[in-house]
Amino acid sequence: MLIGLDMGGTHTDAVLISGGEVIRHVKVLTDPADFLASVREALDTLLEGRDPATVRRINLSTTVCTNAIVEGKTEPVGLLLEPGPGLNPSFLACAKVNVFLQGSIDHRGRETGSLKVGELEAAKEQFAAAGIRCLAAVGKFSVRNPAHELEIAKRLEGSYDFITLGHRLSGRLAFPRRVYTAYLNSSVWRVYSRFAEAVRSYGKSRGLKIEPFILKADGGTLTLSGAMNTPVETILSGPAASIMGALALAPGEDDCVILDVGGTTTDIAFCAGGVPLFEPQGIRLGPYPTLVRSFFVHSIGLGGDSSVRIADRRMAIGPQRQGPPVALGGPAPTPTDAFIALGMLPVGDRGLAVEAIEGLGRSLGLSVRATAHSILDELAAGIAGAVGRLLNYLNSRPVYTIREVLTERKLEPRRVIAVGAPAPLLKPFLEKALGLPVEVPSLAGVANAVGAALSHPTATLAVFADTERGVLTAPEIGWQERIGRSFSLDDARQRAFALLERRLRELGYTEGTPEIEVIEEQSFNMVRGFYTVGRNIRLKVQNRPSLGGLKGGGNCHA
Amino acid sequence: MLKAPHRLGLVFFPAYDWAISPTHPEREERLLYTQDQVWEEGILDIDGITEYRPRPAGIKDVERVHICVPDVRSRAGDSDLIAAGGALVAADAVLRGEVDRAFAIVRPPGHHAQRIVYGNRGFCNINIEAIMIEYIRRRYGPKRIAIVDTDCHHGDGTQDIYWHDKDTLYISIHQDGRTLYPGSGFLPEFGGPNACGYTLNLPLPPETGEEGFLYAVENLILPVLEDFRPDLIINSAGQDNHYTDPITNMRFSARGYARLTELLQPHIAVLEGGYSIEGALPYVNLGIILALAGLDYSWVREPDYSPAKVAQPREITDYIARLCRETYAAWRQRHEIRARSVAGRKEISRQRRVYYDTEGLLELQKETTLVCDDCAGLTWIDSRCADRGEHILAVFIPRDACPRCRQEGEKLFRRADRRTYTGVYLQDRPEDLLLKE
Repeated sequence: MLIGLDMGGTHTDAVLISGGEVIRHVKVLTDPADFLASVREALDTLLEGRDPATVRRINLSTTVCTNAIVEGKTEPVGLLLEPGPGLNPSFLACAKVNVFLQGSIDHRGRETGSLKVGELEAAKEQFAAAGIRCLAAVGKFSVRNPAHELEIAKRLEGSYDFITLGHRLSGRLAFPRRVYTAYLNSSVWRVYSRFAEAVRSYGKSRGLKIEPFILKADGGTLTLSGAMNTPVETILSGPAASIMGALALAPGEDDCVILDVGGTTTDIAFCAGGVPLFEPQGIRLGPYPTLVRSFFVHSIGLGGDSSVRIADRRMAIGPQRQGPPVALGGPAPTPTDAFIALGMLPVGDRGLAVEAIEGLGRSLGLSVRATAHSILDELAAGIAGAVGRLLNYLNSRPVYTIREVLTERKLEPRRVIAVGAPAPLLKPFLEKALGLPVEVPSLAGVANAVGAALSHPTATLAVFADTERGVLTAPEIGWQERIGRSFSLDDARQRAFALLERRLRELGYTEGTPEIEVIEEQSFNMVRGFYTVGRNIRLKVQNRPSLGGLKGGGNCHA
Repeated sequence: MLKAPHRLGLVFFPAYDWAISPTHPEREERLLYTQDQVWEEGILDIDGITEYRPRPAGIKDVERVHICVPDVRSRAGDSDLIAAGGALVAADAVLRGEVDRAFAIVRPPGHHAQRIVYGNRGFCNINIEAIMIEYIRRRYGPKRIAIVDTDCHHGDGTQDIYWHDKDTLYISIHQDGRTLYPGSGFLPEFGGPNACGYTLNLPLPPETGEEGFLYAVENLILPVLEDFRPDLIINSAGQDNHYTDPITNMRFSARGYARLTELLQPHIAVLEGGYSIEGALPYVNLGIILALAGLDYSWVREPDYSPAKVAQPREITDYIARLCRETYAAWRQRHEIRARSVAGRKEISRQRRVYYDTEGLLELQKETTLVCDDCAGLTWIDSRCADRGEHILAVFIPRDACPRCRQEGEKLFRRADRRTYTGVYLQDRPEDLLLKE
């Protein structure tokens, strides 16, 4: 048996999968004051009358860290920055105590200025005065050479509860993102640890034999304890759960659009050749661009509960949600009221819905039916417009080689998968607005939990090899080794594959051989004077988020 | 994150799959470390800085500027067309008002490519700034444009293309041609008979330091721009004046380049040369980007920087001051100088030898221009390149051609003896056509 659980802002959805079929699903209200209570309630319901020892996997998508950050309920952090030359770094002072260190590393990973130990001692006093227990240390180009961050850790760890080192978060070059990500990671460490501990003791008390996994924003998972080092990776995993669910329920190898239509917002994502597109650098959370790997998801303020009004003699929807639909006692008409008024959705008081829709249509001289259709057309057109703009953006992203400029591949979706509660009813309106067939899987309402249940561990690994310096570095796993002058791109590829596979095993990957792919590879001859002095090799590998365990995909909603 | 006071468009095209030859300065690796620095700084996350995707320039965009012999595709490769196209994308972003400024960090460069192209000169096949400027005029209407070329090498190609055009002011500061390729760029090179003074050259002595460059900008370039009042300022942003550049002898720094950019306030900067790919380019490009965006560049500093490395001797300071004074005086007297040089003459000719260093070709030119008070004047060039077995006649009808110059040009093209020449070309700017027989 597999269990997937997705904790959203309002609801927590969970499914139990057995023999490749969803045999039970539940929806409970999320209690923002006690997240664990929601998890407990959902799992208790799923497991009623079943033997917990037969559960092979539990994947949880949780908003614990996201909420702590969004609501400012994080822990104060001491930030140690080694900015080196470049941008004025003062804008990066995002923590409670920020210390700017001298010392620098350059683009090749060479030390161009040494770390000043005295500055660390002074920093300790500042941290003590502010009662700081969690630190983050980040240097510019630390992914090319982590020596200074490691030295900081060596001198400070032991005196603090937790230290995030920037180079362990991602192999990407983006110092400000590394700073923000490291800061966030340390700031949610304690809240995550408590949650993880509570989940673990709940599991033990229920007689679960396995360690739960936590879902990430890239559609992969990591173990509850694995996430203790990188709790920031658990942020914004909800949209990923829905995307994975949509793909599990309506699989395909083509270019497609995935819509998750919710109450307040609609999330838009894309697949190229059946694989979801990723954010090029990492997800953004509030004011912080991060290095947290994530699917490319764009959220717009249009959903089933968006408020509808007339502006300039036109239907205007969203982006605000003022409350539930009028038919359920809400203050303003919504697209859901339009469905109810049309008799397509048997909930609430239809009379109230009709009255509200009629009131909107009066000034435009429209009948109830025409008004309701106009609302739903407008909602679908809003979503279609956003899809078009995003496609345009994605297809104009920069490329850096002649080959790429001349053989540009465009994303051309041929179908749309729509999930979320309003999706089945909105289907004809979306088809009209998008001009594409729209598939709505039968379990569209709990696609998120299905997606969570079926996900596997994922990881990326960046490898830099510099044969002139004779060093290979894989920053995310803290790996450094000496290499010879003849080390080639092929050697680097093999090394990267082996290191990634090892990392995946550590992260709890238990399926067969992981499907590893190269996402970037470059090898440059370094020429000084008239001689080639070495090769500069850059490689990024990952395993694709994969889905397993559902029989023959889902049934399509007619 | 930060917000840029000036919206900036960046076109980054490092051509990671192209080199002139494996160990040539113009090779795959050239912009690698610049990209590392720009990425690591998080430049593209700054609010107001947008990256644009380059596209190949069209054949017609090239033909508007050059006469490639025998044709464009024989002389310009994909990388050249994409570098030029990158500049076009930068121009569109500015002219459409999407950004306030733009920087095309593209390779290969272009400022040594002249009107007639038999091959590669000084790493350049086609002139990417000129292609961009003529595209701007074609697409967005007439403009007065100033090109400030801050590459260490004299931009003899850009000078040649705008020699007769007084709507395009070309100012170059560079290392003295007696000590560096291409060996030209002296004060007497002052523009053609109908555009006298609209080419200005300031040959700086080797070892010119930060002070000298900024002095020239403040005391010559800015006053001339003030007089000229351009609609657009284009910076040919070569970065080989840097103190670490392996093929030049100057003493400029990344912060100096940033300050120069801040003073100049160009609408569009286009990367030209610069071959200190680790010691200079990452820092210089970063400095220029920050200055264009109006952000603080005071933290940009080369790891090995010291004030002594960018200092210049006293006699250089005095020499540059004199050079700027003389050049500015000449600029102010450009109308009188022209009146004297064209007095009583209907047409003016000159003979030139153009050397294509990359491929070792020699071209011999005889160029004739009609003295004209109504337009840039009809120009024709009789050009031979024995190494290629070519002897061509190229006729140029200028953008603002008066009826007489147009008629004369058409007549010349029609009557040219087809047996004498391997090719006869007519570049008709007003009609945006290139005819070839």
